[in-house]
Amino acid sequence: MSNLIETLKAQIIEQLNLAELKPEDIDPNAPLFGDGLGLDSIDALELIVLLEKHHGIKIQDPKDAKAIFASLQSMADYIIANKK
Amino acid sequence: MIMEATIVSYCKIKNNTVWVNGEKINIDNNSVDFSAFLVNLYRQMNLNYPKFFKMDNLCKLGILAAEMVIQNNSKSENFEKDKVAIFLANNSSSIETDRNHIKTIVNKNDYFPSPAVFVYTLPNIIIGEIAIKHKFTGENAFFVSETFDANFMHTYASIALQSRHTTDAVCGWINVDGNEYEAFMYYIEKKNLNKAGNGLNTHHTAEMIYKLYN
Repeated sequence: MSNLIETLKAQIIEQLNLAELKPEDIDPNAPLFGDGLGLDSIDALELIVLLEKHHGIKIQDPKDAKAIFASLQSMADYIIANKK
Repeated sequence: MIMEATIVSYCKIKNNTVWVNGEKINIDNNSVDFSAFLVNLYRQMNLNYPKFFKMDNLCKLGILAAEMVIQNNSKSENFEKDKVAIFLANNSSSIETDRNHIKTIVNKNDYFPSPAVFVYTLPNIIIGEIAIKHKFTGENAFFVSETFDANFMHTYASIALQSRHTTDAVCGWINVDGNEYEAFMYYIEKKNLNKAGNGLNTHHTAEMIYKLYN
């Protein structure tokens, strides 16, 4: 799990162009949107692409996205639960 | 009191060199490629605007050029930002980002179009980025033309500045095609030239725009 968290941190920094952020700056339990990393709607779309491109997981029901992308930890939990 | 359209500041960025109001600005480590140069300039200007890193090079160049003309004029913070217009033009539209977008969709087996790239496949998003950063909500327009047309830009801005809804305008030419790039931006303000104070303060005429551009 900790490896996956570190991998996700690196992928998020690269995919979302968060050049001023270091992996250690990202708290796995902090919200990704709003007060946490302050991501926006385009970033949300990029996270959906990231899941599909790097982890082969397609979100089937868009209503689930809010819970999946609540934090880095919730993303990792979702990947583990849905990895084929 | 007669208010005249006045160019209060201008800047040029080309070949990793920056001029503001005619003065060359020293840039730390400018012997780098265009992308690295933009980041160096951003850091040197202490902008503290993380969204900068999400932009394509065209928008980065536009944001930096706009910052130069806005920082280097005599405006106080208390002006009406809903009356600031933005009129820009270029030759290559958003070609660089268009190419990057195509790379993400050309292979059907590796088909992952990036939303963050796709949103920059229109040149007028530069205007949006400048407007968001500075909270300018006035009129705006983006034009694509073969070369910078000072006569056209002067006419368009002059008509807008005759309206009571526009007191200021950020205008210019922002072009990027690979490592070839050029930015020329100027800030126009309706003001009493007899009480102009510090700054460039020159009449807004097509001839003057050409002179500053060349």
